[in-house]
Amino acid sequence: MKTYQQINDRIESGKAVVLTADEIMDYVDKKGLTTAAEEVDVVTTATFGPMCSSGCFLNFGHSKPKIRMSEAWVEDVLAYTGVAAVDVYLGATQLRHGDPANMYHPGEFRYGGGHVIEDLVAGKTLQLFALSYGTDCYPLRELRTYFTIHDLNQAIMVNPRNCYQNYNVAINDSDRTIYTYMGTLEPFRKNANYCSAGQLSPLLNDPYYDVIGVGTTVWLAGAAGHVYAEGTQHAGGGQRTPDGIPMGGAGTLALTADMKQMRPEFVRGVSLRGYGVSLALGVGIPIPVLNEDVLKRTCIRDRDILAPVVDYSRDYPQNTGKVIRYVSYEQLRSGQIEVEGNKVAVGSLSSYYKAMEIANLLADEIRRGDFRLAEPISYLPKNVRMKPLATKEKSS
Amino acid sequence: MTATVTKKLMLFFPRCECEKPIIYHLVKDHNLVVNVYRAKVTPEEEGYLVLDVTGTEEDIDQGMAFVKTFNVTINTTGKGVIRDENLCTHCGYCVPYCPSGALHIADEATREVGYDEAECIECLACIRVCPYGACASAF
Repeated sequence: MKTYQQINDRIESGKAVVLTADEIMDYVDKKGLTTAAEEVDVVTTATFGPMCSSGCFLNFGHSKPKIRMSEAWVEDVLAYTGVAAVDVYLGATQLRHGDPANMYHPGEFRYGGGHVIEDLVAGKTLQLFALSYGTDCYPLRELRTYFTIHDLNQAIMVNPRNCYQNYNVAINDSDRTIYTYMGTLEPFRKNANYCSAGQLSPLLNDPYYDVIGVGTTVWLAGAAGHVYAEGTQHAGGGQRTPDGIPMGGAGTLALTADMKQMRPEFVRGVSLRGYGVSLALGVGIPIPVLNEDVLKRTCIRDRDILAPVVDYSRDYPQNTGKVIRYVSYEQLRSGQIEVEGNKVAVGSLSSYYKAMEIANLLADEIRRGDFRLAEPISYLPKNVRMKPLATKEKSS
Repeated sequence: MTATVTKKLMLFFPRCECEKPIIYHLVKDHNLVVNVYRAKVTPEEEGYLVLDVTGTEEDIDQGMAFVKTFNVTINTTGKGVIRDENLCTHCGYCVPYCPSGALHIADEATREVGYDEAECIECLACIRVCPYGACASAF
């Protein structure tokens, strides 16, 4: 048994033993659970992939004369101004003004909110265009200027939903190519795509949210951030394997961190043909080895994690809930799965390569004493289910 | 019998050379087997051609000498499709769409994505699917 304080003391003294979630299984197999739980202080987990439900608050400071922005665009991408005079929220999935979207199907979606966020973090010069109706205290009605992230007072990433615990494997049961947020899916189940770091993914290493909670410190694209709430659509109450691993989406985290501290290689705009834009982010989360149970759960392997294969031509859009079958991440990583007797080629939208890089970077930061763990101030709900939206007539 | 070799070439045709049947002469006069991957020759504009030529070293050298008598630039590095390592995140999304296996998982442990240019048939599928714009065409 260890406490957060003891682990942080070991980190501070430069003596913390830190392994990645990719390394810990073999270490525990070799040393035994009891010895390993005494020796190891932290297991680092990570993920890198497209994460819709990302965005950022930007504060521009006041111009002379002042403006109360009622509409604003950064690089022609609309930002939400209904916050304050010069505060905006820029969302990752916002399209650029004038993008033909899917008018000429499939649209290319070359630039949008996710790309603005990437360019901001990369320190590029961006254009702000804002309009206002003018008030006595904020008389300016139109503003066009150029800025970098360094000119802003604050650039704070606020992501209502990241780190999906597990996720669907998308397949196309129809006779035409479909374009989805899970990528291009060829007809007759020719290919399938998944999107998870599997055994390295944060919430798969803490399936019951015993140590990752509100207040947990996270590595968000290189910046020190934290979990500020349960993520939107957090629903840990779904079906689980006998080992307690969710067999579908389940838990999510809401994350925040200072974008000025982020590294551009871990903040990448995403263009999904025929679907839209998004943002790919690198997230690393440390798991404190408080006891044997916590350590045991970090020993999860790809072969023990099951993901549902879902038809994105009908069952996903029509919300039928049908699952064709479950496959393990070990099967998915082999590049081929079998679905009802047919072999299907598999691709990944999540980068295990980058996730490994992040898990190692975070492990190094902790070993150097540059990253501290925090005990959650509250925990994520375990048993909630996701509610559908009922479309109904107005009640009299 | 002299051994044959295959070389991948990218030819750039300036505007004045676009309408000359150069490839015909490579086949007819220089005994070369050609396999065209991709061509973009627009009347009144410049043109590009990516192809394999197979033949003896001597025939290929003579064929190339013939091509050089025109104002055609020969690029032997075969880079019609370029992957920018700095933009690639190694997610592996492109791999199933690549019909020739040029894009592949190079290391099962790290899941690093490798790009073997020699295997690329220039179908451009990777350019269409890559969410990060890591693959691009030279023309």
